[in-house]
Amino acid sequence: MLKAGVRKPDEGTAEPFEKGTTWNMITVTGLSKAYITPYARVQALKNVSLKVETGDIFGVIGFSGAGKSTLIRCFNRLEEPDEGTIVIAGNNVTSMNQNQLRLARRKIGMIFQQFNLFDSRTVFQNVSFPLEVAGYSRNKIRQRVGEIIELVGLTEKAKAYPSQLSGGQKQRVGIARALANDPDVLLSDEATSALDPQTTYSILELLQDLNRKLNLTIVLITHELDVLKYICNNMAVLERGEIVERGTVKKLFLNPESDTARRFIGITESFHNHTVYREGEGI
Amino acid sequence: MNSDLLPLLLQGTGETLYMILLATVASLVIGLPLGVILVVTEKGHIMESSQLNKVLGTIINIVRSFPQIILIVVLLPLARLIVGTSLGSTAAIVPLAIGSAPFLARVIESSLKEVENGKVEAAQAVGARPIEVIGKVLIPEALPSLIRGTTLAIIAITGFTAIAGAIGAGGLGSLAIRFGYMRYRDDVMYSTVIILIVMIQGVQLGGELLAKRIDKRRHKLG
Repeated sequence: MLKAGVRKPDEGTAEPFEKGTTWNMITVTGLSKAYITPYARVQALKNVSLKVETGDIFGVIGFSGAGKSTLIRCFNRLEEPDEGTIVIAGNNVTSMNQNQLRLARRKIGMIFQQFNLFDSRTVFQNVSFPLEVAGYSRNKIRQRVGEIIELVGLTEKAKAYPSQLSGGQKQRVGIARALANDPDVLLSDEATSALDPQTTYSILELLQDLNRKLNLTIVLITHELDVLKYICNNMAVLERGEIVERGTVKKLFLNPESDTARRFIGITESFHNHTVYREGEGI
Repeated sequence: MNSDLLPLLLQGTGETLYMILLATVASLVIGLPLGVILVVTEKGHIMESSQLNKVLGTIINIVRSFPQIILIVVLLPLARLIVGTSLGSTAAIVPLAIGSAPFLARVIESSLKEVENGKVEAAQAVGARPIEVIGKVLIPEALPSLIRGTTLAIIAITGFTAIAGAIGAGGLGSLAIRFGYMRYRDDVMYSTVIILIVMIQGVQLGGELLAKRIDKRRHKLG
């Protein structure tokens, strides 16, 4: 079975986030990033600071262009931040050289909106990719891939190619690939945004399950309030590159402070009401 | 039909195949790394280096702007240096390879660029080294397209060998000029043209079948 990282002090507790643990898996301090285009300078992130507790499911919500994707991609330095520090599992990611970064990335899994699976590889081979890169033996890889694809419920599809899978199955492969190296953190970059509602929930359930079983810290970004509501404990609201609100998800619904949060709740509710209304009419 | 037709054709076909085969292998050896470098040194790619990219792009464009017949003449001294002779099919392989490699590099570049950047990022996100991104992601993902591109290059090389043949490299091109055109041997002319048509069709068909087979394996239902 999978082994949760030994570095986690609160390993084994069922819901560490509610017991007031103070050990932070991720600490972001003063993160800024600007894109320079030929026409303008776009400040994607402005002095963002946040903490994610070990074992938490942390959601970052924001409208399109708020900087969510840039933020999460800075965590494993797919985007290079201009300023600020990011510490993950005790290691300062922002000060690492390329070699150190490669090693650190093995412990930071990432899943994507477009899945980004390798079409030239079967499900099995997709999941084995991170292990090949990490230099494991063939036997070790076979055993580990077997475990992990069972965990995501795809054992029967091991020999299938990505083109033969449904969207939900593809994302399960993405999750298995991201977890192959037994990471401390899973970063989810709009991982359910390309999926239908039912599949979205099955993926969210899987993430929740993995969070519990492996004490996996999950950071997800989304523009869907329902996703936040469904699995996140803590959240931050991002607007124009700045965090405008943070706290528990419960607080966001009971007592939203920012206009952005109120807009999100307003839009979601009117959308739901509208749907119910139309269904009532029998349309 | 003249009795010398068959031996002439056999020898010419042999020489042409010899030139195509070795020139293709050599231009792949040169062109594949060049194509890969062109892609990975691009802005935002895994080994960004705009200087190297620009220098390489310029060299490729310069070599490609030479008319093929001029390139062969210019490169014959180099052929003597590398293969020890500036005569015949063997000597022709050097200019053929150098002349075709930049074209192949461009074809490979455009194939590799079709690979979605997200796949490259997914590989980087699990800690893959640049060489692993190239060998395990870029090339395998682009393989059917690379095969089609190489097919295109082989056909271009075949045309190139005919030009080389006209200035002394042997092969079917040489036969067509020396016998078919200069000595009014219509039988030689028609035969070489037919053999060339068959060759090109064969290469095109073979490449397409191979690429399709890989595509089919990756997209089979089940």
